[in-house]
Amino acid sequence: MPPLGSKPAPAKPAAKAGSDRRGFFYTIFATWFGAAWAAFTVSLAAMTLGTVRFLFPNVLAEPPSTFKAGTPEQYEPGVVVERYKQEYGVWIVRIDNQIFALSTVCTHLGCTPNWLENEQKFKCPCHGSGFYKDGVNFEGPAPRPLERYKISIGDDGQIVVDKSRKFQKELGQWNDPDASITL
Amino acid sequence: MSVGDFIRNSQVWKSIFRHPAPRDRRNRVVVMLTNFFLHLHPVSIRKQGIALSYTWCMGGITFFLFLVETVTGVLLMFYYRPTLEHAYNDIVTLGQVTTLGVLRELHRWGAHAMVITIWLHMYRVFLTGSYKPPREFNWVVGVILLVLTLLLSFTGYLLPWDQLAIWAITVGSNMARATPLLGHEGPGAKFLVIGGVELIHSGSDARFALLGQRFVGEMTLLRFYVLHCIALPLAVALLIAIHFWRVRKDGGISGPL
Repeated sequence: MPPLGSKPAPAKPAAKAGSDRRGFFYTIFATWFGAAWAAFTVSLAAMTLGTVRFLFPNVLAEPPSTFKAGTPEQYEPGVVVERYKQEYGVWIVRIDNQIFALSTVCTHLGCTPNWLENEQKFKCPCHGSGFYKDGVNFEGPAPRPLERYKISIGDDGQIVVDKSRKFQKELGQWNDPDASITL
Repeated sequence: MSVGDFIRNSQVWKSIFRHPAPRDRRNRVVVMLTNFFLHLHPVSIRKQGIALSYTWCMGGITFFLFLVETVTGVLLMFYYRPTLEHAYNDIVTLGQVTTLGVLRELHRWGAHAMVITIWLHMYRVFLTGSYKPPREFNWVVGVILLVLTLLLSFTGYLLPWDQLAIWAITVGSNMARATPLLGHEGPGAKFLVIGGVELIHSGSDARFALLGQRFVGEMTLLRFYVLHCIALPLAVALLIAIHFWRVRKDGGISGPL
């Protein structure tokens, strides 16, 4: 019996692939195995990514982010209009000659405050944050004023509110011409 | 021949239990090794392992509560429909009309208790140093089980679809906005822009994936329902099996320090 270790070493792969049968064999295995593993890995990755993408719906039953809100003359000074709160999450407020669209999302943790007409303030039922009529916070845990949405007057003379752009007072954005309408 | 002997000698009995009665040490071992449910458990354990003053039995109680939640949860699924039209009324119906609808309260209280007992179990394991080698891996499995339990609690919270549920999930999921890179208000998300197109916005971030839409609505209810009833319990069941098996493989319940 030959001692261990005297087993002939496996033949080295041919220097030039395909130059003899063994080389051809190695080439086939290297490329086919390589290709198979690569294809397997790629398709697995594609399936994983596809599954993640599957979780993001393409069609949503959400109201459009832009809506018309009547003509500026319909808004009286000092009145908070709640007509668009339910569907769009927006209060339209006129103070003196300025009309702006306030977001109904509390800046504390995202609940929806109520407008209290008698007390002339927005009050959040979740943790008691309070906001003045212009949206500035004055009580409770809310760290910053309510956000305002882009508001403008369309070609037909109607107010257009665009919720895809928002303006934050603490960033000095309320002075932007798109943040309010001045009559 | 007594009735007991007749049963024990029947082919049915012998086909199920392929060993003699566990009257001696060897056959007691065989019982543990040949039973599917018992084989997760060690053949023998230290006295300390069943001392209530040492283990508090909190892991066992947590597992028992998981079984309670599974059974009552399956029963509740026969009455509950996860849609805006039916969800709230189905819960009210369970409470007011259904015979033994108190199962729903059992499910709810069991869930509260399970969160408490799993924390106490973590506390005990920490105090007794049972997270140390060779049990580090099982500690990690336990931490994942803790997180899954909290997620089960969170997803189940939405299903009654009352004001408390909706706003609790609104507040809770708002935290996902601030996820680093994956939340549209989180750090780093602003840098994920390709050719002027934002990759992470309110319609593609982590919160959106969780809710299925931009606010807590019907898609959210469905998602939380599926997570609560199928995805999370399956993951928990698998990890519980690994957790128990590893307790045995890591040398049983740890001894006193």
